[in-house]
Amino acid sequence: MKSDTGCGKAIALHLVVIAGLFGLGFVLPEYHHGVLARVMVLAVFSMGYNVLFGYAGLLSLGHAMFFAAGLYGAGLSMIHLGWSAPAGFAAGVIAGAVLALGVGVLALRTTGVAFMIVTMMFSQVFYLLTLYFSVWTRGDEGLVIPQARRGLDLGAMRLDFTDPMTRYMLALGLFAIVLLLTLGVARSGFGRVLVAIRENEERTKMLGYDTFANKLSAVVVSGTFCAAAGAAYALLFGYVGSTFASVQYSIFPLLWVLLGGAATTLGPFLGTLFMYYVVDIASGYTSAYMLIVGLLLILLILYFPKGVLGTVRERWLRWLP
Amino acid sequence: MSFGPHLLLAVLEGLVTSAVLALTALGLSLVFGVMRVVNVAHGEFFMLGAVLAWAISSMVPGHPSLGFLMALLLSPLIVGSVALLAERLVLRRLDYNPEATIVATIGLLYVIQQLALTFYGPEARAVPAPFNFRLQLPWFGYSGYKLSIIAASVVLMLATWFVLTRTRIGLVMRATQYDSETAQAFGIPVDRVYAGVFALGAMLAAVAAVLIVPIQQAHYLMGLDPLLLSFIVVIIGGLGSLRGTVIAALIIGVSDGVISVFFSPTLAKIIATSAVAMVLVFRPQGLFGTTPR
Repeated sequence: MKSDTGCGKAIALHLVVIAGLFGLGFVLPEYHHGVLARVMVLAVFSMGYNVLFGYAGLLSLGHAMFFAAGLYGAGLSMIHLGWSAPAGFAAGVIAGAVLALGVGVLALRTTGVAFMIVTMMFSQVFYLLTLYFSVWTRGDEGLVIPQARRGLDLGAMRLDFTDPMTRYMLALGLFAIVLLLTLGVARSGFGRVLVAIRENEERTKMLGYDTFANKLSAVVVSGTFCAAAGAAYALLFGYVGSTFASVQYSIFPLLWVLLGGAATTLGPFLGTLFMYYVVDIASGYTSAYMLIVGLLLILLILYFPKGVLGTVRERWLRWLP
Repeated sequence: MSFGPHLLLAVLEGLVTSAVLALTALGLSLVFGVMRVVNVAHGEFFMLGAVLAWAISSMVPGHPSLGFLMALLLSPLIVGSVALLAERLVLRRLDYNPEATIVATIGLLYVIQQLALTFYGPEARAVPAPFNFRLQLPWFGYSGYKLSIIAASVVLMLATWFVLTRTRIGLVMRATQYDSETAQAFGIPVDRVYAGVFALGAMLAAVAAVLIVPIQQAHYLMGLDPLLLSFIVVIIGGLGSLRGTVIAALIIGVSDGVISVFFSPTLAKIIATSAVAMVLVFRPQGLFGTTPR
């Protein structure tokens, strides 16, 4: 790996992307402004998924539970315990990290197909629990966090999360932090060990690395990012429902990451953005937008398994992180 | 009703669930055992079988049993052809890579589901039972059709067992399962065996769906529960083990029936799903399976 030649270029590219999104926040028309805020939060979800799937090569079919852990951690603590917005956010992130640690310890005893099924089963249990405890969660119907609660009082000034511009900038802030963290992970020794595990776990173990500990850290980092996305979603959009814990929300990040390019830092954002608009435009013509999701998954895995940025990196830009 | 008869009712309901579940799970287990791939679209083949059963039986005039028999014959055949097509067009090109297959069959799941929604619609529709006969027990009357589901499932399981252990087709399938490369070297057309097994697995799910459709309505989203329950059964029973699949289907079906009657269906699912995750974590070969080579 030629790490040094592309380092400066890579960091510059990421800063340009963040600056570009910042600029767009002032010029975009109202509708697309809202969409982009949502896409950035969901992109954090898929970046979290990418840490585990792209770098460590572990295909999980249960990441909806981490997103939902953040969502419910924030939502339930704010609605039932009356916590403030930052405390709710922290509760969501911690809930996700703890859940990821527990699930990781158990699920990482398995490999390959069994890992996918175990994560899917755990996620299904989480989903069913949100239905079972509908006294607090109100199940499918979900909870709405009151508008008055979604804000932050800073002395005389009030930061209102329901205001589109504040929402956009907060989403961008979280997006930028997680994007740079992913870049850091990808360039760190930890990230390289993960890639080594993905390529050949036995050899990595033989070289003296504790592969279990590294994989577990990857699950926790990944789960924490996803929970942060979930908690932010609860705060910024105010809705907490069990749909977000369903199987579909475990499949979406897989699709987004595959589309954008696994193990690329910007791929997940690109995939999320593209898919959001495809579904958005398609649902204007037909209600069968899931047909497009399905066909795209099949076509991607058949002809384009590296995704957009994965292919770009392979063909032209070797330095792309 | 006192506790005893109530329990009997719960167990009977559980046995009906087990009968259908055993057939569905057997299909999944065969595909995994022989081809080493997980078919996430298995539940959609089940749904397709049920939806087609409604379509066929509503087209056949006359006595409901005639339409039901036509559905029982035609629906699995159509579902089998769809599966065969998917296997030839997608799975074979992926070289049966386990992870790529999962992603592709998830895609297939959405495609089938959406097509069913578009052409069949969001309604839940029932197929009339082929006969109406009630078995009068001292405490309650029980549907004779439900009992016939159990009988049909037992017959089909026995037939599958016979084919697998006593015929040449079964021998070829077991040889492929045991070691596909050596089987190929001995002139077994492994490629065609895979195609056949995939179609057969889908057909078993379709048969199960046709059997259940008179008591549980056909709906385009009905595939998810059989899929998850089949996963559970196949994992607990040990992959590719016929005996394990039957025992696990009995355990899951009956306990699901009993817990659903006395507590809540959601709780039954939570317990079954966590149990299976734990089995996979601590005993990956299943309760009745043997360690793979």
